Amino acid sequence: MGDIGSAFGEAANLILALDRTLYGIVLLSLQVSLTAVAAATAIGLPLGAALAIRRFPGRPVLLVTINALMGLPPVVAGLLVYLLLSRAGPLGTLGLLFTPTAMVFAQTILVIPIVAGLSRQVLEDAWHEYEEQLRSLGATPAAAATTLLWDTRHSLVTVVLAGFGRAAAEVGAVMIVGGNIDGVTRVMTTTISLEASKGDLPLALGLGIILVAVVFAINAAAQIIKSAAVRRYG
Amino acid sequence: MELRRLFARTACLVLALALAPSALAQRFIILASTTSTEQSGLFRNILPAFEQKTGIEVRVVALGTGQALDLARRGDADVVLVHARAAEERFLAEGHGVQRFAVMYNDFVLIGPKADPAGIRGGTDTLDALRKIKGANAPFVSRGDGSGTHIAEVDLWKMAGVDIGSEKGPWYLETGQGMGPALNTASSLSAYLLADRGTWIAFRNRGDLEILVAGDQRLMNQYGVMLVNPEKHPNVKRADGQAFVDWLVSAEGQRAIADYKIGGEQLFFPNAGQPGA
Amino acid sequence: MLPLILEDLTFAARGRTIIDRVSCEFTPGPRTVILGPNGAGKSVLMRLCHGLLAPTAGRVVWRGGRDERRPRAQAMVFQRPVMLRRSAIGNVTYGLKLAGVAHAERNRRAQQVLDAVGLRAAAHEPARILSGGEQQKLALARAWALEPEVLFLDEPTANLDPGATREVETIVGEIHASGTKIVMTTHNLGQARRLGDEILFINAGRLAERAPVERFFAQPSTAEAASFIKGELPWN
Repeated sequence: MGDIGSAFGEAANLILALDRTLYGIVLLSLQVSLTAVAAATAIGLPLGAALAIRRFPGRPVLLVTINALMGLPPVVAGLLVYLLLSRAGPLGTLGLLFTPTAMVFAQTILVIPIVAGLSRQVLEDAWHEYEEQLRSLGATPAAAATTLLWDTRHSLVTVVLAGFGRAAAEVGAVMIVGGNIDGVTRVMTTTISLEASKGDLPLALGLGIILVAVVFAINAAAQIIKSAAVRRYG
Repeated sequence: MELRRLFARTACLVLALALAPSALAQRFIILASTTSTEQSGLFRNILPAFEQKTGIEVRVVALGTGQALDLARRGDADVVLVHARAAEERFLAEGHGVQRFAVMYNDFVLIGPKADPAGIRGGTDTLDALRKIKGANAPFVSRGDGSGTHIAEVDLWKMAGVDIGSEKGPWYLETGQGMGPALNTASSLSAYLLADRGTWIAFRNRGDLEILVAGDQRLMNQYGVMLVNPEKHPNVKRADGQAFVDWLVSAEGQRAIADYKIGGEQLFFPNAGQPGA
Repeated sequence: MLPLILEDLTFAARGRTIIDRVSCEFTPGPRTVILGPNGAGKSVLMRLCHGLLAPTAGRVVWRGGRDERRPRAQAMVFQRPVMLRRSAIGNVTYGLKLAGVAHAERNRRAQQVLDAVGLRAAAHEPARILSGGEQQKLALARAWALEPEVLFLDEPTANLDPGATREVETIVGEIHASGTKIVMTTHNLGQARRLGDEILFINAGRLAERAPVERFFAQPSTAEAASFIKGELPWN
């Protein structure tokens, strides 16, 4: 219990001291995870819509695969991306290893199945309700997909937040492809891991509290925007 | 097929953005080193001087010794700084490194609980101490992760006449982790372990642990630096990497190493150019 | 686009025949009411005509038998209206946008139909918070704005109270007056009498009888029709 108590103290100290390193790390964490979520959403939502509306041979297999990949261990994703981006690997000449770009790449891979899999379910449920009316009005599959995405936007915000949670929380992938380089690729989760391995548990926990607070703030902001939109559009 | 085209175009755009080269025009090299070295705080202390002087940023990827060398074997690092002589020589023999230079040494210390059930406190003979620990079946935490520290530990057992691989018992606990987690484990179990002095000095979760045996010549831990071979790995930044190697063994670099202290205690002892190091 | 011809239209699902070799022709002009007991297959028949379902056998052909493709100039109003998560007028302009109508024209037409169905005040309200009756009127407005040649209605007032029912019936009449062919299903005899010019009586998936409205109710030529009118037909 003493450790947990001092953890809150550490967290407060860090914030109040306006520790520049800390803010740099928080900023980088957000940049990496938010970029990854944006990319994963741009890919995952159309994919989810296509899966919700179309029937094609192999669809059940694809659905099961995407759902299973929601549980892809981050460290495995990290290893795969590392092998791709390593100098000894196929994309080595890009020189992306140990950069934030590589971290975004790895996290995007982790988040796509979440966005695609969960949105597919949301959109499929909506399609049951909307299908006859939209087809009656002459909507093409693409137009129908766009309409479904817009109409289910409140549920989809939750889906995207789930994806963000996954990205912001993971350490296995960013550790391997980023290298946890001080000042370059060190993010909240890898810093927490580092401090814990150095034995400074209160500091590690304090950083953990800050990370949770940041994620909480983002979720709260999303909820506020959502409520305002519901009031306006119903 | 509007949907598929839209999807494909979006995916291409996103991939292009993600893969676009970083806007940083910063000159840098990748230094592969060990977690214990980084956690000692050495790099944060001495690298700024080099960066100021040359404008070259040194980006440190800290792993276990074996992993650091493997990283360099794949060409993912420009310079390697580790403390496992035999592994470094093998690395050179395989043609992955240009030349090895001695840089500095630190030492290991034998840590244990205040109660000291094996009765090794104050001794200067590490091998004797290890034999006593085994004899008392006292809990001993090993890193068990193929790191330089782990290799050093196994070698010490061997010198003490113990083939630890086959003679270990339930008192011997292999954590498979870095120095920090191993120390945490030893602290919570009041066990013995072999640690590098640097990590020990910075370690805050000591519990009832303290240094019981130190100063033995056999506990000296030598560091060597190598430029990764550009003949084998053309992407290696030869000039900048060599500049760093040169600086480390120069008077300036060696002084920076000596000047690094925690609580007034020097952690690393520069010995570039020392014969046989 | 009319006449619409059904040739030996059959639809089966899960081993059951729901529509059994129905053949008939829909001509411009008279309001056609498809009458029948619950489970007779009226809704399925409507969906086959509208092109939402593909027949198991037989054909649905437009332009007097010359065109098997599903034409655009038709619309359908369902028993339960499906409203998009946007304003009332947004729902109307949505259909117009799909039909390729230009932006300014979309708004003009949408305002016009909303006025005509009495929803001018609610134009910018979220459609989903409107009452059941208002939503159905909005669905009618959405369909009407497309200026369809044929309007299919599937039991449009089954879920509405008498007041809303009356309003919907009035609007259907106005749509017909503006030149649209009406094809409507119902199991409400009074409504069939009020709105129909001709009756198609469907029972157990077969077209049992077809007659002008007055003759159907005064002198049904089949026993099934007769017992349906007397309210004696068993629920399927």
